[in-house]
Amino acid sequence: MEYGLDLEYSFNEFLKGFGLSSEIAHIIWLPLPMLLVLVAAVVGVLVTVWLERKISAAAQQRIGPEYAGALGVLQPIADGLKLLVKEDIIPAKADGILFTAGPILVLVPVILSWLIVPFGQNLLISNVGIGIFLWIALSSIQPIGLLMSGYASNNKYSLLGGLRAAAQSISYEIPLALSVLAIVLMTNSLSTIDIVNQQSGAGILSWNIWRQPVGFIVFWICALAECERLPFDLPEAEEELVAGYQTEYAGMKFALFYLGSYINLILSALLVSILYLGGWGFPIPVELIAKFLNLPINAPFIEVFTASIGIVMTVLKAYLLVFIAILLRWTTPRVRIDQLLDLGWKFLLPISLANLLITAGLKLAFPQFFGG
Amino acid sequence: MSIAITTQIICFTILSLVILIGALGVVLLESIVYSAFLLGGVFMSVAGLYLLLNASFVAAAQVLVYVGAVNVLIIFAIMLVNKKEDLKPINDIKSRRIISTSICLTLLSLLIRVDLTNVWSLSSPQNSIGEESTIRIGEHLFSDYLLPFEVASVLLLMAMIGAIVLARRDVMNKDISTGLPVDQELIEKSSEPLLTNKN
Repeated sequence: MEYGLDLEYSFNEFLKGFGLSSEIAHIIWLPLPMLLVLVAAVVGVLVTVWLERKISAAAQQRIGPEYAGALGVLQPIADGLKLLVKEDIIPAKADGILFTAGPILVLVPVILSWLIVPFGQNLLISNVGIGIFLWIALSSIQPIGLLMSGYASNNKYSLLGGLRAAAQSISYEIPLALSVLAIVLMTNSLSTIDIVNQQSGAGILSWNIWRQPVGFIVFWICALAECERLPFDLPEAEEELVAGYQTEYAGMKFALFYLGSYINLILSALLVSILYLGGWGFPIPVELIAKFLNLPINAPFIEVFTASIGIVMTVLKAYLLVFIAILLRWTTPRVRIDQLLDLGWKFLLPISLANLLITAGLKLAFPQFFGG
Repeated sequence: MSIAITTQIICFTILSLVILIGALGVVLLESIVYSAFLLGGVFMSVAGLYLLLNASFVAAAQVLVYVGAVNVLIIFAIMLVNKKEDLKPINDIKSRRIISTSICLTLLSLLIRVDLTNVWSLSSPQNSIGEESTIRIGEHLFSDYLLPFEVASVLLLMAMIGAIVLARRDVMNKDISTGLPVDQELIEKSSEPLLTNKN
């Protein structure tokens, strides 16, 4: 399966052609994919914000933004600019240092997690061996940022919102990790590349969603809860808590929260598509198409075709899930805090544990279907 | 010196400085909230040190367990038990400080002795396992470290049951040290529906 474009290798060879040492070439290469992914994440947020506005408008039989650009596509940029030039207010009795550090601590782990999101065989920043585990570990830092901003705001609604957010994040992390563990059990690897490759045997039929339907649903519910999307947006339930931990924030610091929550939503959608929907895989295996066209699998045309189809498929699947998340937000009511914790601890946790156990049993019984 | 080694040295210096200054801050700062958040920073930097040693799985586990669980719990506890209470002045503070300093210095000298006498260099640097370490850790946990692993889980279970017993005060309605009945104020009050009260 070692086909696909290796851009890093070609780039390094290209720079070596100018007489640079391989180390210097590597250093020049390093920031490029990071910047690219950062830009991709921010553009993804802009698209998601626009989608959110348009879909919510459609759900409520409104028109939504329409004056800023065609169909209002420039509306998210206008939103962003507004937040950028707004006055940055720190409340008089707030704790300045923690107040500033909170939003950063919320945003940075989310962006770091993009390290492991693959858009193709070699199209990711780093194929670290611990792969998906890195995401689980990084997402556990977020509650600290939430607690920090809730505490530093010196406002009881903020503190309550921060505590709620952290409690929610901690409770839903466990079923989330357990359903990821079932996938890892089937793949024998933590690496996201291996997880996708293991699903690429027979196109759509070999996707993990057919083998892990329960895990898929548990993961999706938990991902929504981790992103604080409605039905689970208790931390910022505006009718009860004004805006939760974000109450006192304005300007760019609020924008960091906003950005963080949307980047997290896209990241979760991408990870669902990687773990359960075959990642960059086309519903029909590319090998079959290549055979049909009578081309060898490593022909340059097929390589470029595979890479572009990989990116398109990953993004398409992710945005399909984002669409479902937005529809859910505008059609479902919010759960109460006790219902939320009951769902997490009394329903999702036992179900994901049972799912893990059954997966392990099935792996022993049918190693050819559930990973040997 | 190659670029990789220079980067490593710079990272190591920054991480060690953060660990040292952060740990001092945890102990010396007046505000307990700052101490708790600094503790999280120290744990993160220790994870960074593990990363420098090519132990990425251990680093991620450190972040997950120490930052994501232990530190969050500490902060939670601080924020839920938000009791403003002036500490009583202690009479013999001077002798206490002398005793604690001497204990700390003894521990420090012990650690320095270990550092000086131990042979740190690996027999062959090629033996480092790097990314394979996850598999190795799993193998060890289920073979020669099976008993400690299981005992640790029993310990955690006991801690969990203990926490539940402490949290449910109807199980323990007497103060252990004084034998007096516990102040029942904090126990869940019999819930009255808010709306029916207003008639």
